[in-house]
Amino acid sequence: MKRIALLGMPNTGKSTFFNRVSGASARVGNWPGITVDLMAAKLLLGGHIVEIIDLPGIYDLHGFSDDESVVRHFLENNDVDLAVIVLNGSQIDRQLSLALQVKALGLPCILLLNMSDEAKKSGITFNLPGMQQQLQMPVMQISAKHGNGCPEALKEAARHLAEQHPSPAEIREQLKNDDTIENQMEAIVKSTVHYPAQLDDLVTSRIDRVLLHPWFGLPLFFAAMYLLFQLIFTLGTPLQEGIAWALDLFRADVLEPLLQHAPSWFSGLMLDGIYNGIGTVAAFIPIIVLFFLVMTMVEDSGYLSRAAFLVDALMAKMGLDGRGFVMMLMGFGCNVPALMGTRVMRSRNMRLLTMLVIPLSLCSARLQVFLFMTATLFTPKQAPLVLFSLYMVSFATIFLTAIIYKGRYSSTEPFILELPPYRFPTPRQIWLRGWQEVRHFLTRASKFIIIGVLLVWALTNFPSDVPAASAGTIAGMIGTWLAPVLNPVGIDGQLAIALIFGFVAKEIVVGALAVIYGLQGDALMQVMATKLDWVQGMSFMLFTLIYTPCLSTIATLKNESKSIGFMMLSLLWSLGLAWVVSFVFYQTARALGY
Amino acid sequence: MSDLSQLQPGTHAVICGIDADESLFQRLAALGFRIGKKIEVIRRASFNGPLHVRIGTTDIILRITEARRIQISQQ
Repeated sequence: MKRIALLGMPNTGKSTFFNRVSGASARVGNWPGITVDLMAAKLLLGGHIVEIIDLPGIYDLHGFSDDESVVRHFLENNDVDLAVIVLNGSQIDRQLSLALQVKALGLPCILLLNMSDEAKKSGITFNLPGMQQQLQMPVMQISAKHGNGCPEALKEAARHLAEQHPSPAEIREQLKNDDTIENQMEAIVKSTVHYPAQLDDLVTSRIDRVLLHPWFGLPLFFAAMYLLFQLIFTLGTPLQEGIAWALDLFRADVLEPLLQHAPSWFSGLMLDGIYNGIGTVAAFIPIIVLFFLVMTMVEDSGYLSRAAFLVDALMAKMGLDGRGFVMMLMGFGCNVPALMGTRVMRSRNMRLLTMLVIPLSLCSARLQVFLFMTATLFTPKQAPLVLFSLYMVSFATIFLTAIIYKGRYSSTEPFILELPPYRFPTPRQIWLRGWQEVRHFLTRASKFIIIGVLLVWALTNFPSDVPAASAGTIAGMIGTWLAPVLNPVGIDGQLAIALIFGFVAKEIVVGALAVIYGLQGDALMQVMATKLDWVQGMSFMLFTLIYTPCLSTIATLKNESKSIGFMMLSLLWSLGLAWVVSFVFYQTARALGY
Repeated sequence: MSDLSQLQPGTHAVICGIDADESLFQRLAALGFRIGKKIEVIRRASFNGPLHVRIGTTDIILRITEARRIQISQQ
């Protein structure tokens, strides 16, 4: 099989080109020598099956950022038949270095000058034959966004697949030495590119003047975030409810009649174990699609870098950057897509630190538990204050965690970002991204989540001769066994079982309480109000807020960090912090006589 | 001689020195920070946040700590 590597600088539309040529056939893959996911697709090109790999956007093949070394290690460990280099035509004066660097390795190359429409608008013209001759490689103009020139580029690529190319070992040797490229590039730009006197960046500058205004910039940013948040969750919640409704219908009308003669342990395993696991996975699909539809718009329009500019001053003190803040805010909706969204951050340490704080954001699933508990234990006047204080605790734990761990995950990556001109992403671009992210989540997380749901089902249903979720089950025994640890924070055996359920997903905690107490709705609220006082309830809520949000979050943490150690750290840290905060609250409140 | 962090928004200067380690230097060079290039500060973020600068046709944001490494001269 032939292999094409797609190289380019960030924000040149390289991935847009990749999505356009690969359609929906792209897969995430692992490669020798590197530890990050890369997208790859197989296409039929000139009679060969060709694998095309979308390498991270880099500024410099010889640079030392994380992405730059990924690209180098990829080339040093994987056979590549052809390099397709995508550059932004209107910034060719500084981007041409990358083409020359790749060329210098001896790889067969073709150069695609993308965004031909923008270059044309700015009045930049290219002497393509001249550039081709000096670079000694085919040069073509394309518009990846609109598709102009893309089929021709593929045809050209097919023509160069059989050429002699250096082995990975030779490339490894090559990459040791280098220079003189800078001078060459200046000479070529000077002789082949003509610039008009002034580029027309007026529109972008005008928008920036409003969106980056010293006073209005931040309020506009928060307003925009609020609107996006509302958009995701007002559209997402009915979709989630629709999926839950359809799954329940299927269960009641098809699965339950089908399994009614099966042994009860078997139907329990199938329905409450596996089928509920599938339901847990399915509930995330609408939110992930919507989140990435919105994030693609924010990212590709160029606003994400500008948001980073606006909030960086605050985040720098916590060892995070502005992009991390956007993801953290999104985490208040749902942690899972927010964790996946941290992929825009290039420095691994910065990304890990951001991933460590996101699970502490009070997500909408936890909010459901708190709404129920506050309605049970507090008056309608007190309830909003209690909720507000929980949000404050959430922010406080985020700040605390960032400050404690910023030394461990200190980022050496300087904060220097290019501000691209504002662009309109095409619907196709947006849709492809949403779809790819969902598939990524399904393939990587579903097994983990279903196994976890099965495990919790087993814990709360065995031994099978006692009522489910009662003190006699394994979960109940764990609850009793943990009593010395949980009593000092005011959590009794029954609440401990609810916490074990809550490990799967916070959405099911209220349902679990109903099973544990054997009551529903108002009756459940009345019994809980008599059994628990407000101090115990608050302590339970604090614990629920801080400990591991859900199995899906854990699965995502593991996939995105590619490190079980990091996942365990996040798990243990949040459990430990939850206990300490609840302990301090509970003991202080009791000491004060409440 | 002064550094980029002291340049006021709306004014421009010429880069006359970059005092950075290898990786930062490479990164800056790839974004167009070279000696002799004209650089303009477009705006500064509130609360001592990053600078928004323009070199040629490229807009870049960078923190004050990095801006201090770039020496400039104003004619």
